[in-house]
Amino acid sequence: MYVAVKGGERAIENAHAWLAEERRGNTDIAELGIAQIREQLSLAVNRVMAEGSLYDPDLAALAIKQARGDLIEAIFLIRAYRTTLPRFGASEPVDTGAMACDRRISATFKDLPGGQVLGPTFDYTHRLLDFKLAADGDVPEAPARAAETGDVPHVTGFLNREGLIEEARHDDTPPRDLTREPLEMPADRPLRLQALTRADEGFTLGLAYSTQRGYGRNHAFVGELRIGAVPVEMDIPELGFAIEIGEVTLTECETVNQFTGSKTEPPQFTRGYGLVFGQTERKAISMALVDRALRWEELGEDNVGAPAQDAEFVLYHADNIQATGFLEHIKLPHYVDFQSELELVRKLRREAGVDQVQEAAE
Amino acid sequence: MNAYNFAYLDEQTKRMIRRALLKGLAIPGYQVPFASREMPMPYGWGTGGVQVSAAVLTPEDTFKVIDQGADDTTNAVSIRTFFQRTAGVATTTVTHDATVIQTRHRIPEEALGEGQILVYQVPIPEPLRFLEPRESETRKMHSLEEYGLMHVKLYEDISRHGHIATSYAYPVKVEGRYVMDPSPIPKFDNPKLGDMAAIQLFGAGREQRIYALPPYTQVVSLDFEDHPFEATKADHPCGMCGAQDSYLDELIIDDAGGRMFVCSDTDYCEARQAAGHKGKDAA
Amino acid sequence: MTPLLSVQGMTKRYGAHIGCADVSFDLYPGEVMGIVGESGSGKSTLLNCMAGHLRPDAGQVVFDTRTDGPRDTVTMSEPERRMLGRTDWAFVHQHARDGLRMGVSAGGNVGERLMAVGERHYGDIRDKATDWLGRVEIDAARIDDRPTTFSGGMQQRLQIARNLVTGPRLVFMDEPTGGLDVSVQARLLDLLRGLVRDMGLSAIIVTHDLAVVRLLADRLMVMKNGRVVEAGLTDQVLDDPQHAYSQLLVSSVLQV
Repeated sequence: MYVAVKGGERAIENAHAWLAEERRGNTDIAELGIAQIREQLSLAVNRVMAEGSLYDPDLAALAIKQARGDLIEAIFLIRAYRTTLPRFGASEPVDTGAMACDRRISATFKDLPGGQVLGPTFDYTHRLLDFKLAADGDVPEAPARAAETGDVPHVTGFLNREGLIEEARHDDTPPRDLTREPLEMPADRPLRLQALTRADEGFTLGLAYSTQRGYGRNHAFVGELRIGAVPVEMDIPELGFAIEIGEVTLTECETVNQFTGSKTEPPQFTRGYGLVFGQTERKAISMALVDRALRWEELGEDNVGAPAQDAEFVLYHADNIQATGFLEHIKLPHYVDFQSELELVRKLRREAGVDQVQEAAE
Repeated sequence: MNAYNFAYLDEQTKRMIRRALLKGLAIPGYQVPFASREMPMPYGWGTGGVQVSAAVLTPEDTFKVIDQGADDTTNAVSIRTFFQRTAGVATTTVTHDATVIQTRHRIPEEALGEGQILVYQVPIPEPLRFLEPRESETRKMHSLEEYGLMHVKLYEDISRHGHIATSYAYPVKVEGRYVMDPSPIPKFDNPKLGDMAAIQLFGAGREQRIYALPPYTQVVSLDFEDHPFEATKADHPCGMCGAQDSYLDELIIDDAGGRMFVCSDTDYCEARQAAGHKGKDAA
Repeated sequence: MTPLLSVQGMTKRYGAHIGCADVSFDLYPGEVMGIVGESGSGKSTLLNCMAGHLRPDAGQVVFDTRTDGPRDTVTMSEPERRMLGRTDWAFVHQHARDGLRMGVSAGGNVGERLMAVGERHYGDIRDKATDWLGRVEIDAARIDDRPTTFSGGMQQRLQIARNLVTGPRLVFMDEPTGGLDVSVQARLLDLLRGLVRDMGLSAIIVTHDLAVVRLLADRLMVMKNGRVVEAGLTDQVLDDPQHAYSQLLVSSVLQV
């Protein structure tokens, strides 16, 4: 006798309870604190803030804890929370020239005003598992010296002074907001950059890498990579002027790319740009390469059919929350569509003279 | 859940969605872009339908959610619970008691009436998508009414299989103008789309599109004169309620190849059983 | 008699470079016009401007439509122009794959234009496709095969069938025999000549191959640097070229 499956509600509740238990793990082990995640897994926190499009290290740490360390799940939690937040207004554009740099390197000039600052980087670490960390995490204090004061000029500015690099177009029109308007093609550069800064790191990295391997190659040099805190100012209507409301850490990458020129215009280097929340330099460099690849049309380059040149392809597939949702939805019941396919295939097979194995056996 | 607005979305967002809905109703079958929000459930799991429901629900509404025709499938339960928590609306499983019905992949068997709203969850709103992947191209094809390619696909089906090999998400033409994807309902349900008394709203969250059919809209399933559209279903009565006219789920009941067929619309089936109808597999 | 097509002052520039400049001519029903010149002479630009694929900077392309009489197709709305493109006009590309759907069967390729203008009877569409495959000498048994399995010559013949099935009144052809072997070219030319004669088609054929125009064209325009340097009856221009460039063009062929 057949009894229809019931009790979806109870099953869901029980699954949630089990999930909570699994998240906590063995209770003999001390529970992870939000502050521990924020302080000790800060690069994970940064990624969640960047792709979640919300700058709040504590919330990002909470999301990571709740998501059991699944960063895309954590990003999803942040995005869903972000939707419900009231919007008070937009900040003034941040001035990355006034950044208090923790790290600032240029691959194009050996030395330059402001200097090369290596900062806290994995770059020259030898990737050897450090078994000492398994025992205790005490670290000797790093040597320190007073920070240099004053603005750190942008490397592309030096090139610009000589006219060697394309002028960065200045435009005061407020950019369209990706989170408030539907993404429609063609997307202008501000919109593309918005999509890229919250794009999935792995997807962006893969695309950027593909341009280096010849799928839309554009000969990128890291003109400059800088990481540090910048003040955020907002115009308060009641005051009539802008005041500082906080600061955010950003990673900015400006690439100097292959030059273009024509009979009327002398050759000039071109630019790619990446700007991402937090210390997220893999993402920022990837973003700059993909940004540059997407600019083929305005720079009069050939479309060689490379994936990274295809704005529709890149922008419609870069968001990991959209991607993971749609990918995973195939777990949902599809009895109805499957049933209609089943009937069709049976009918076509019957007409083709193939008897169902099942029916032959009966 | 007091931290959230009625039906979760803020009023600004609801207004934006309502504007898109009104535009969709004014141009039946046309896909209206809208600024889909990130919802606390994954894209592809009904975020479009949930946003549309959130925008049309009022505190006086009675809400029903079905997935594959059933009220008790997990995702239907999850969405119904969401609105119970965020909107506190009354819920029901009885089709004719509901004022708003959110559905995935089915149209209820019982004819809907004026005053009811049917909200569809749509994964891919673009009927031309698998013929032409580019959004910029497909929008142009719609605006210029260039639908020859759609029939080429149906032609190819017949030349290869002898039949139109589309069994769900079967494309329709609305009021002789826009070709529309009815969402992945089985083609059995297609005839119910046209001339329906209820308002039909379609929401695709990830793809940021809304479209609509006002009451009593002409909806025609694409076909050829000599290969007319056919609404098919498994050729059995329901094992539980004996219905001959409902869409059926096929169940495997033992490992010897035993099968039974049961209404996919659980409310329809239960109501019939309560009225004394009995199928051959009923106890 | 009203010309079928009247081109006036057709001009297209690419920046400082001239694509074509101030080209004017009339084409009468049943007439075939050849446009010859070396590559870069502007003949393809001219063709694409006339066919609505490129927007000219100046000039008119007046077509004698069935319903409204002479209309300038440059200023026509895009839906109208596209409708013309699938009914009264046809365009044969040099490369068959630009003009065919390679993932669709031969029958579907021929049937597409019929379906685009509203034919909804599968059997009729299939009969017409079969008939047209026969006319372009493709075995009817290949109707369900994709063009990817066809030879270059067959693909080009399929493209022609796909274009002519709706009975267009004007056919634009861009190097229709380019890229084909000489023997295949001859067969295709023969076929085209038969079709043009039987259907009373008007056509504009762009080519650098004088043998093509000798066989198909009633009249000829010779282009150089975007301008028409000589025009006249085909035999006249080929047998007694007046312009120095035409003479060069003709003599270089004769030497081959």
